[in-house]
Amino acid sequence: MEERQADVLIVGGGPAGLAAACALYRKGVHNILIAEREKMLGGILRQCIHDGFGLTRFHTPLSGPEYAQRFIDEVEQLQIPYLTNAAVTNITKDRTVTIVTRVGLLTVHAKAVVLTMGCRERTQGALAIPGERPTGVFTAGVAQGYINLYNRMPAREVIILGSGDIGLIMARRLTLEGAHVKAVFEIQPYPNGLPRNIQQCLKDYNIPLYLSHTVTQIHGDKRLQGVTISQVDSHLRPIPGTERCYECDTLILSVGLIPENDLSLDAGVTLSPKTKGAVVDENYMTSVPGIFAAGNVLHVHDVVDFVSLEAENLAGSVADYVKQGSAAPCPLSIKTTGDINHTVPMRISGTKSFLLSLRVSRPMKDCVIEVLQGNLVVGRKAMKKALPAEMIQIRVSGEALNTTEDLTVRVQEGVQ
Amino acid sequence: MNQYDVVIIGGGVVGSAIARELSRYALRICVLEKNLDVCYETSGRNTGVCHGGFAYDTGSLKAKLCVEGNKRMDRLSRELGFSFRRCGKVLVGSTKEDRDRLHEVMEQGQANGVEGLVMIDKEQLHALVPGVVGEFAMFSKNSGIVDPFMMTIALAENAAENGVTYRFDHEVTGISRGSAPYLWRVHTEGETFETRWVINAAGLSCGKISDMLGITGYHIIGSKDDYIILDQRLGKQVPMPIYTVPSNTYMGIHVSVTTDGNVLLGPTAEDTDNLSWYGVEQKNIDYLYAEGQKLWPHFTRADYIRTYSGILPKWVDENGVIQDFRIEIRDDLAPQAVNLVGIESPGLTASDAIADYVIGLMKKREVLSENPAFNPIRKGAVRFARCTPEEQSALIQENPDYGELICRCEKVTKAEILNAIHNPLGVHTMVGIKYRTRAMMGRCQGGYCQMRVTRMIEEELGIRPEDVTYNRKGAHPFFGTVRK
Repeated sequence: MEERQADVLIVGGGPAGLAAACALYRKGVHNILIAEREKMLGGILRQCIHDGFGLTRFHTPLSGPEYAQRFIDEVEQLQIPYLTNAAVTNITKDRTVTIVTRVGLLTVHAKAVVLTMGCRERTQGALAIPGERPTGVFTAGVAQGYINLYNRMPAREVIILGSGDIGLIMARRLTLEGAHVKAVFEIQPYPNGLPRNIQQCLKDYNIPLYLSHTVTQIHGDKRLQGVTISQVDSHLRPIPGTERCYECDTLILSVGLIPENDLSLDAGVTLSPKTKGAVVDENYMTSVPGIFAAGNVLHVHDVVDFVSLEAENLAGSVADYVKQGSAAPCPLSIKTTGDINHTVPMRISGTKSFLLSLRVSRPMKDCVIEVLQGNLVVGRKAMKKALPAEMIQIRVSGEALNTTEDLTVRVQEGVQ
Repeated sequence: MNQYDVVIIGGGVVGSAIARELSRYALRICVLEKNLDVCYETSGRNTGVCHGGFAYDTGSLKAKLCVEGNKRMDRLSRELGFSFRRCGKVLVGSTKEDRDRLHEVMEQGQANGVEGLVMIDKEQLHALVPGVVGEFAMFSKNSGIVDPFMMTIALAENAAENGVTYRFDHEVTGISRGSAPYLWRVHTEGETFETRWVINAAGLSCGKISDMLGITGYHIIGSKDDYIILDQRLGKQVPMPIYTVPSNTYMGIHVSVTTDGNVLLGPTAEDTDNLSWYGVEQKNIDYLYAEGQKLWPHFTRADYIRTYSGILPKWVDENGVIQDFRIEIRDDLAPQAVNLVGIESPGLTASDAIADYVIGLMKKREVLSENPAFNPIRKGAVRFARCTPEEQSALIQENPDYGELICRCEKVTKAEILNAIHNPLGVHTMVGIKYRTRAMMGRCQGGYCQMRVTRMIEEELGIRPEDVTYNRKGAHPFFGTVRK
């Protein structure tokens, strides 16, 4: 069993891990190791062959593999050590990381651990859709992987449940590969994907989107034969009498992403019930000192550019932590009210500027989001439109903050 | 020509236990299974509890064979290398009626020869199972849990290793009489099997096969059980199955735990005439949630991993009253045919004892000579996730495929999946790999590993993408390739 020391061990070589590694290196932290479970770096971007990545980070539209390659090239150029086919199987509170590789078990003792494992998709089982369990029910990401990476055609007549971005992308992808996408059904009264994807992936291909509908029965005990669709009421409960049967051989699920935090839990990291990711402070440090998190493992992002930017932000704090062996305490908490679903971070010091990421819990028009400390507004963003599908960011200046009062975030509609 | 001494119809846990026990003797044995693997019906669709034997009428075969089967489970699991934990079980009550009923159950259990039954108070109950809702309980020390998939597979594999032939995708379509010594001709689609003995271990189809043998009149109904599987993280909090107070015919909703740490909510127990529909119903999902919360309120809907359904074959009389196991040789109607009818719960627990009982009936009619080559030990596959770091290191040094993790949730390595693809029974379905390795069985349900598992199946077996099969004949995940 091989043992190693590292300043920073990065768990996952996807967009967050790669960006964190490069930024850390530039900040002078060179004893880094990236552990990637796949054969190649790049994470989920490897199968995202559509374009639209990089508009914020690189000011140019890139495909997923192209976007990832920019960071991979930098990792190679900086000669940042990484392992592929290397699965982290355990992380302890004292930052001892076990990695399984084809040449043996590797134990890394790290000064800091950066969690960048990304997220996984919610499944049919997690939804507990009634009916049988035939083949032909795939999460959107699995269907995408089969088509784009494995050259396997998993679908002909398709129904899509959920209007998350990967589902929308797959509606277009399946259509381009000759499948017939009959419709997309969304249980919420509003779409869950980005407006640009609704336009470019559904409307441009005449694929209907039905809101307030869900699958209430799966039919078939071999290959999927069809699904029953029902309308839902305002409590998202199916309305009896609205059932309609659709014949299809494939049901694609795009019903949510869950930060992949099994390893974080093993390390004793506290998770937020809202984000399902770690509770972090302004340094992106979790409840376990020296363990940091960024990207989709922390909270699900809508755009990969923000994943990279967040990971690059995190790198500054991790570099400081590695140098000092500790981080400034963050005793102040950020509370959400009303239609603010969650924020990241959840705790701050009150001594420095930070970037607040948040999501609203329902679509809103002409709204103002305010960050308050006591009665003082320390951050503010007015928006013509706020959607749950879109992450909102507000920069809060440290100069406006005191170090004693908690923060509150609120949103008010129609006050602009 | 297919000529055998014994044809066993049904490769579930009972058929496979009989096959393995019979392979101790110098017999040519064939198991005909209509599905593509051995535990696609009742044997794989249950709670996986090794029952104590207190819940059955004193003097019944169910009681006798369950108690006997329970006693044998330690040895059987060691010989065959499947998971078994004698973790105990609690039947939890709150009211005076509950207490009276539990005393009845305990007395019945003691009369059945079940050892280790005690009434425990609230404090003792909560020390055993923290977080359970209840005032007192009957604790059954000798109850336990098994991995029902691997138990069935291990019995079948050991039988196969000892010379038994398994024929999958062989549904019996008719049985006719032959001429001595092959008294029976068992027909499947396109093939006929001549055999001296027939054993009806057809589970849900036992009534149909019994009719084909000429032993008519058994009325079989299904009792359909829906279940919800919860995340493995909860398993640590459920040290043993938690049951409510049973009625005479229904054990009630329980919160159980599997040998791999998943928590199960179930079963719903509804009578059905449709013995092949495994759909889970919304009302049952809601009901299981509500009842589970009453007993053990420490899960949420976010803990759901999957739902499933199983059907128990119940033999009922003309009034619909559930009958005992029936295991018989009707020399008058069907000589050299062992007829097993209504083998429902506790069939999994009792399977090895049932096998002995069957062979006992056969031995009264025929001298069986020993198979000197019989080896009761099955060398089970290594589970990487259960090894110590030292053992893991050694495995990887020996075979680097142990160093390549394919299924992240269950920590299953490439070596284990390759081993499962080349299993001794020649099962080639995705679910076959799943049952044997636990790949695709974790919380992401194959979101991460299934692409690599299907590729390995194609490559190892040299089959076309469109021939990859999920579980049943015709259940194909692919229509072909996207590009040439």
